[in-house]
Amino acid sequence: MKAFTVSKAATALMLAGLVLLPLYSQLSGNIFILTLFTRIVILALAAASLNLIMGFGGMMSFGHAAYLGIGGYAVGMLAQEGVGSGYIQFPVALAASALYALVIGALSLRTRGVYFIMITLAFAQMAYYVASGLARYGGDDGLTVYKRSDFSGLINLGNRTQFYYLCLACVFAVIVLIWRIANSRFGLVLQGLRSNEQRMQAIGFPAKRYQLVCFVISGMMCGLAGALLANNTDFISPAVMYWTRSGDLMVMVILGGMGTLFGPVMGAVVYLLLEEFLSQITEYWALIMGPLLLLIVLFGRGGIMGALGRVGRG
Amino acid sequence: MLLVVEQFLNGLQFGLLLFLLAAGLTLVFGIMDLVNLAHGSLYMMGAYFAATFAAWTGSFLLGALLALGATLVLGIVLEMGALRHLYGRDHLDHVLATFGLILFFNEAVRLIWGPAGLALPLPAWLTVPVPILPGIHYPAYRLAIIVVALLVALLLYLGVMRTRIGMLIRAGASNREMIGALGINIKLLYTLVFGLGAALAGLAGLMQAPILTVQIGMGENILILAFVIIVIGGIGSIRGAFLAAIFVGMVDTLGRAFLPNLLRQVLSGAAASTAAPALSSMLIYLLMAIVLVVRPEGLFPANRR
Repeated sequence: MKAFTVSKAATALMLAGLVLLPLYSQLSGNIFILTLFTRIVILALAAASLNLIMGFGGMMSFGHAAYLGIGGYAVGMLAQEGVGSGYIQFPVALAASALYALVIGALSLRTRGVYFIMITLAFAQMAYYVASGLARYGGDDGLTVYKRSDFSGLINLGNRTQFYYLCLACVFAVIVLIWRIANSRFGLVLQGLRSNEQRMQAIGFPAKRYQLVCFVISGMMCGLAGALLANNTDFISPAVMYWTRSGDLMVMVILGGMGTLFGPVMGAVVYLLLEEFLSQITEYWALIMGPLLLLIVLFGRGGIMGALGRVGRG
Repeated sequence: MLLVVEQFLNGLQFGLLLFLLAAGLTLVFGIMDLVNLAHGSLYMMGAYFAATFAAWTGSFLLGALLALGATLVLGIVLEMGALRHLYGRDHLDHVLATFGLILFFNEAVRLIWGPAGLALPLPAWLTVPVPILPGIHYPAYRLAIIVVALLVALLLYLGVMRTRIGMLIRAGASNREMIGALGINIKLLYTLVFGLGAALAGLAGLMQAPILTVQIGMGENILILAFVIIVIGGIGSIRGAFLAAIFVGMVDTLGRAFLPNLLRQVLSGAAASTAAPALSSMLIYLLMAIVLVVRPEGLFPANRR
């Protein structure tokens, strides 16, 4: 393994940029960029969690946005009921996501391939409609979170810079965790299952159990992203669970490079910046974005990370 | 009684409409192994074409025919220009690429036709209520949809089961390499199948257009329903798609019609009126989840290999 590669350099550059961003925002007085990047970092966290099951576990979930909603609604609903403490809100968000992941994972993992894609989508749509039906918590219109999670004494989420660094820290923590998982015995079994499930089962590994645990871990990570997202926008609505949002997350993962550690983060940054950039040029930004995605699929195998790797070798 | 019959027919009509959409999807899926999320966009284009052509020509039927042709051509162009290169790739690539196409189509429609929806007015002869049973009337247009869709389903069945092209399509579905090796022009066959699927989606879109408004994103919700149908029915099986479509159409329509009243018996009025729409929208997904848990390959798996 070479010590220096183009993809490593690009990753380091991106991470340095993310860490130094609040400084730039402060110096230039550009507050908007910090708000934009907080959102990007949170969705990068969600994309990284999706990458754990897609890239390492080989489970193509098309319903990952459901966790964003569950984590978000956990925060929003507790805040509505007068429980403002983040020490309660965040664990509840994680527990709710884990429970949801456990139930739908146990059912969905009975299927495979396209059927798995569709059943995860179906469950996410169900979650979407449940949220739309919650009259007490805003229903279709969504729920305003009047007060951000209160971590008294530790961190103030109302402060932009502190909140940004909290989100960034969560991303780093999750990526370290994914790295540890991927290289553990557990992770190796998962990757073995991804390449050949029958063979792994023949050796004697209980395939579904391993996959289910991975599915739950990924769901909890994304639930965390959801809790952060609700704090970021001070608002949560069923729209964050809509299937196009799950599609967005998938696009970020594939764009960045599935099965790589930093690919999803890179994918989220590039995808959302591109969206922002194009929407500033023209109102009809999707007219460019759509075909661009098509071209990326047709010519850019392995996503950005794959392309950088090829540049490094070439 | 009147309400029950009417809702029953509405369910049948919706189910048949869903079948037109699902048939194209399941053909493309079964034969080319292509997950086409942009199928809903073709449905939307069918509706927009019909509204435009009907306004130009001043005739509903002429507009519908032109729209059908236009979606067919659009489908063929789309296949030759883009989707052809996706065959044999990973399903995820299909999802990503056709997701991009949805973005493109939605935005293109916004650019060309503007963000406001269009209306496709019906001619007078299709708006009269028709007596179907003594004392029960049903709108002629919805009846026409049922008839047309049944006719198309029959033609599709005959076409696939009784003609040479249909035989090739079935052969392609069961073993792609083999029919290529036997000297069949697979590329042409694929283009043809995709065009057919596009035309069916367009037909569904233009027939639904006068009932709902023609608007951006109209294809997305119904696309998910179509996917649910082909998954319930078993991917690649037209018969499965037909039965599942009727089933889903019925469950959805009857659920929406009767669930609010049923819920009101259990829950308080306010709670029921907000929970009912959500619950009836969920019903289909619940159905699909149950089917997949019990039969992971769908109800009528097409015999593969």
